[in-house]
Amino acid sequence: MDIFGIPIQALLGQLMLGIVNGSFYAVLSLGLAIIFGVLKIVNFAHGAFFMLGAFTAFLLAQYMGASYWVTLFIAPLAVALFGMLFEFLFLRRLYGLDPIYGLLLTFSLVLVLEGGFRVAFGSSGQPFATPEQLRGTINLGFMILPIYRGFVIAAALTLCLITWFIIERTSLGASLRAATERSELTQAFGINVPRLITLTYGVGVGLAAFAGVLAAPIFHVNPSMGSSLVIIIFAVVVIGGLGSIMGAIVTGLGLGVVEGFTRVFYSEFSSTIVFLVMVLVLLLRPAGLFGREEG
Amino acid sequence: MPAINSLKTLTATSVLLGLSGLASGVASADYSDEVVRIGVLTDMSGIYTDLSGEAAVTAVHMAVEDFGGEVNGIPIEVIHGDHRNRADTGASRAREWYANEGVDMINDLSNSGVALAVAAVADEQQRHAIVNSASNIGLTNDYCSPFVTHYTYDAYSLAQGTGKSIVEDGGNTWFFLTVDFAFGIGLEEQVSDVVREAGGQVVGAARHPLDTTDFSSYALQAQASGADIIGIASTGADAINAINALAEFGVIPEQRPAALLLWYDDIVSLGLETAQGLLLTNAFYWDANEETREFSQRFYERTGRMPNMAHAGNYSSTMHYLNAVEAAGTDDPTAVSDKMRELEINDFFATGGYIRPNGRMVHDQYLWEVKSPDESEYDYDFLRPVHTIPGEEAFQPLEASSCHLLDND
Repeated sequence: MDIFGIPIQALLGQLMLGIVNGSFYAVLSLGLAIIFGVLKIVNFAHGAFFMLGAFTAFLLAQYMGASYWVTLFIAPLAVALFGMLFEFLFLRRLYGLDPIYGLLLTFSLVLVLEGGFRVAFGSSGQPFATPEQLRGTINLGFMILPIYRGFVIAAALTLCLITWFIIERTSLGASLRAATERSELTQAFGINVPRLITLTYGVGVGLAAFAGVLAAPIFHVNPSMGSSLVIIIFAVVVIGGLGSIMGAIVTGLGLGVVEGFTRVFYSEFSSTIVFLVMVLVLLLRPAGLFGREEG
Repeated sequence: MPAINSLKTLTATSVLLGLSGLASGVASADYSDEVVRIGVLTDMSGIYTDLSGEAAVTAVHMAVEDFGGEVNGIPIEVIHGDHRNRADTGASRAREWYANEGVDMINDLSNSGVALAVAAVADEQQRHAIVNSASNIGLTNDYCSPFVTHYTYDAYSLAQGTGKSIVEDGGNTWFFLTVDFAFGIGLEEQVSDVVREAGGQVVGAARHPLDTTDFSSYALQAQASGADIIGIASTGADAINAINALAEFGVIPEQRPAALLLWYDDIVSLGLETAQGLLLTNAFYWDANEETREFSQRFYERTGRMPNMAHAGNYSSTMHYLNAVEAAGTDDPTAVSDKMRELEINDFFATGGYIRPNGRMVHDQYLWEVKSPDESEYDYDFLRPVHTIPGEEAFQPLEASSCHLLDND
């Protein structure tokens, strides 16, 4: 059976790949959405933290012989701590100012990190082995899926759901949302808002680093691996609606699929399609698909 | 009035300075500004840093030091700059170097877009440019110049090397994964011609944007094509990601990949496990013979890495330029250009190499195969020679060149 001259098997294959890519978009845009929601900072360094996650995993594996599973936990934690330190020392001073300052500061961090890693490790990238347990492929009938890619979908979606649950369904999440809406009032209730904000930034950064570790065996670990992604991630967050948690997750997955299909029908357009969708969404629903119009 | 006065003083001073410059120029007409200045214009911070970059600058420094630091008693100076992979940045830097900073020759020139732009400036300013790290054959065709030399390799030699060898080895049907700009499309065309001439068939191509990280859907398309050979018309990170995806989705070893421009550094990055069995056409490999090992060892001590063909080409071409300056007894661009085309190149990089009137340096190219991890016995032991492609076969025949300096009409 063919759809527009493309065998349905090929389409199903692309759908599956779209979901894999969408999983990365989901985790990354989730982190970005949380940070924007709480800090009102446009975190341009998100891609750099993604790269930092992959590099930390690479360094842990290379120099300390850490297994993939250890790096999957340690690397995001280490990068989150670094992010919190960055928030505590620098970013904190920019709250309340025009968002452009935050954007400039985080962008400069990108330049420093990417430049530093390029000097230290070169621009062509470092190989990162797929963990042994997840090597090989499964034949799904319509496509051959590498086991590791299946793992990426499972790990990314689990993490997204856990994050969504914590923010939307627990008391910690409730304080966080309260701090976002009315920070002074929340402080009056005895909640340490600055600490909560640092923690939030750490979580957002940690999510990016987690995606980086997941990506390391698929894409090469190289200094600019995050910069090509970060623009798409911004588009995802804008399409989903700034600050919307579920919006970021669903839009991330959805756009991964749309991009996958575009590769079948008109490959040259695949890097542009996300932005076309963004233009359409901004024209029709300026607050994004899941965003609320602010009154 | 004081402003006008100082303007007058300034003008007078510049005229005087200009005249004195002219006078000293007349006094030593053989060498412009009493120094032979070489500029290395390269990618110091972007995607091609590993292919040339800082190490290319070191290679040129090594050549100057080995030459003795001066030519006919005139000191040699090396400066370097970053073109940031932008043709406009490269061209304006080149113009500034030639016009204001007395640069006699610009070397390296990674990135075909930058190389073409700088070649145009070199032609206009009548100063030398030597391209070592870009492949576009336009440099020796429509954009050729007496002052531009294309030294190490080009798209034609890659097609003649990797493409032809694989077709002869029984790779009949081809599917291309092509980076969607002049370099990739040009390379795909060159190789497609070779495939068709040899009776093979091109069954399709997928074009991907530059700097693509995810090649999975292209891997599936390549798989669905059923072609014997998947031709990868890209380089650096794109080629690495494409090969990784083909391996991951089990396309390799059912179908064979042919990486059409693979660098020695890409093998380091891929790792032998993934890269083993790949064929690549390179003009130079560090471990080819005693001479290459000697140079590479010295290079390694300076940079902490083994040289690739562009680094070796930077060294060899700088040496050749300086030999030509010495033989001509002047750095006058036309005299040097004549000498460069007259003298033969014999060093660790090329044997019996010579530069054609269209600027193409003709020398042997080599087809290599990547060793398996078991075959690799020591550090950087990556490649096994397959065969040598004689220079006359490796490069576009002179009669096929559209260069205006030739009578090919």
